[in-house]
Amino acid sequence: MGKTCIIEVEGLHTRFGSHVVHRDISLCVRPGEVLALVGGSGSGKTVLMRQMLGLETPAAGSIRVFGESLHGHDREALQSLRNRWGVLFQKGALFSALSVYDNIALPMRELRTLSEGMIRDLVMLKLKMVDIGAEHAAKMPAELSGGMIKRIALARAMALDPELLFLDEPTAGLDPQLGEAFVKLIHAMRTELTLTIVMATHDLDTLVALSDRVAVLAEQRIVALGSLQEVAGMEHPFIASFFRGERGQKALGNTLS
Amino acid sequence: MMQKNQHDSSATLHRSIGEEGFPLLELGGRYTLAAMGRRLHALPAELARHAAEPGLRWDLRGIEQMDDAGAILLWRAWGSRRPDHLLLRPEQERLFSRMEAAPAPPAAVPRDAWWPMMMLGRGILLLWEHLVALVALIGQMLLDVRYLATHPARLPWREISANLYRTGAQALGITALVGFLIGVVLSFLSSRQLQTFGADIFIINILGISIIRELGPMLAAILVAGRSGSSMTAQLGVMRVTEELDALTVLGISHSQRLILPKVLALGMAMPLVVLWTSAVALLGGMIVAEIQLGLNHRFFLDKLPDVVPIANLWLGLGKGMVCGMVIALISCHFGLRIKSNTESLGAGTTNSVVTAITVVIIIDAIFAVVFSNVGLT
Ligand SMILES: Nc1ncnc2c1ncn2[C@@H]1O[C@H](COP(=O)(O)OP(=O)(O)OP(=O)(O)O)[C@@H](O)[C@H]1O
Ligand SMILES: [Mg+2]
Repeated sequence: MGKTCIIEVEGLHTRFGSHVVHRDISLCVRPGEVLALVGGSGSGKTVLMRQMLGLETPAAGSIRVFGESLHGHDREALQSLRNRWGVLFQKGALFSALSVYDNIALPMRELRTLSEGMIRDLVMLKLKMVDIGAEHAAKMPAELSGGMIKRIALARAMALDPELLFLDEPTAGLDPQLGEAFVKLIHAMRTELTLTIVMATHDLDTLVALSDRVAVLAEQRIVALGSLQEVAGMEHPFIASFFRGERGQKALGNTLS
Repeated sequence: MMQKNQHDSSATLHRSIGEEGFPLLELGGRYTLAAMGRRLHALPAELARHAAEPGLRWDLRGIEQMDDAGAILLWRAWGSRRPDHLLLRPEQERLFSRMEAAPAPPAAVPRDAWWPMMMLGRGILLLWEHLVALVALIGQMLLDVRYLATHPARLPWREISANLYRTGAQALGITALVGFLIGVVLSFLSSRQLQTFGADIFIINILGISIIRELGPMLAAILVAGRSGSSMTAQLGVMRVTEELDALTVLGISHSQRLILPKVLALGMAMPLVVLWTSAVALLGGMIVAEIQLGLNHRFFLDKLPDVVPIANLWLGLGKGMVCGMVIALISCHFGLRIKSNTESLGAGTTNSVVTAITVVIIIDAIFAVVFSNVGLT
């Protein structure tokens, strides 16, 4: 596969009014890797991800996903592209008017190729995958706990078994055991399918367990990009406090030495 | 490269006779949702046909990629159990063992034969519930007023003035436009009729009484119910969805005092003024048409108006406006507080609120008409 990129970001600038969030960012997400975006709160991880999804338009620069520009006008192409990715939003973004079951079934129904019986089996399988019991299937999002919302949103993101998965803070709000289960789940999925993941996270344990490469966002740029070992050793105030602070050392301890 | 292969390496089936003479079915290609695409319509039947054959050996080891959808497709074809002879790779083994552990979907609830009765009963109970909650809200409001009377420093002045501006000042444009047009139309139609009887002069009576007593207040109330009523309901509803109401509660700030009372008071104050304004603009429209159509001088019109329209009509109109204003605010807040935290309920609640408010405004008008039937009419 060599140098092909699943996502290709070039010369990206982002501004909100006079507030500059990104200044000349370039990035290539390779097939089958897990790329973690880290950075302080407000450093623009979510915004970068939203731009990769075409939800926001950068002030300058281009983004191509699966080799397609997101601002092209070919509806068919954009739709088939959207069926190949799954997104977990930071706050879940479940459809509040739909039950848990219907939330997960929605992307499958939109395909219009699956029979209702098959959808039912698939939904139950996805629910099982994120460890949600069948008794919760009929509940509405407002009746769920924060962690459950996260897991169901993940199940919806995985509904079409996407090749590319965007995860915004996947383990925030989960208890440590569920966090670990989540990591295992992703590992298992990666053995069965070629899955490329872009994930923004603050959670060092998840980062250590999952990421192949890490991109550090600070000062409006990507200040470091590379494997965890390479990045953690670099000289930068944010990296020093994030990876080599007390918590960082604990989580990284065995990986680095 | 991944993209290219997607379609030509879609799911394949190859039926042959194996080494020991057993029938063998080799599956290959990609059994993934994306790769199968349109073939999903035909594949289930094809697989089911093979599954019906006894003693068939299924060899899945040649499958390049299989996702949950592919696994379920096979699983359903097999009748939710493994076939007797199955050859798998370890990661496929994992997929199917997950399938075995998947919980059964919840059974659909059968429809009750008594549903029309149930619906009716529910409707009546719901109406009762609304009434009780409305009475409770009014009671709470009175308690708040009593509390604030003894603690005047706690009166939410800022909220009242903000609401006064939003519901009153900002409504002036639309009420003026609608009032003016209605005045013009009413005057035009009436003057044509009066001309045929040579009773031109009575245009002043007709416009004066109908606009000041009836049309002005009703137009203003209906417009305000649609405009401010919906925004009040939606505001409270969104605050429920985003848990802002809960945040207020835990801060010890009473919803009724901070959110509802200011709206009720502000609309009670703003509505008479909006009514006055609407009536005035409608009369202006009527007067202009009367001058053009009947040659009735506007000086004469204005001089004559107080003589033919007793002042009681004005007070009646303003009183109606105040009552309608407070009721609209109460109903909107009542529906706003009942909204559940989902978008569907937000939409339904806003609709119900506006429809109810407008209906109640018209009922109030009818009650006023009956109670004050011998006031202000000569
Ligand atoms: N719609 C918007 N309008 C204006 N500014 C915005 C908007 N969205 C984001 N920002 C700003 O962009 C910056 C980056 O926000 P972003 O949400 O990407 O942060 P983040 O890195 O995801 O932080 P966190 O880790 O807290 O989630 C912030 O300073 C934020 O205020
Ligand atoms: Mg974020």
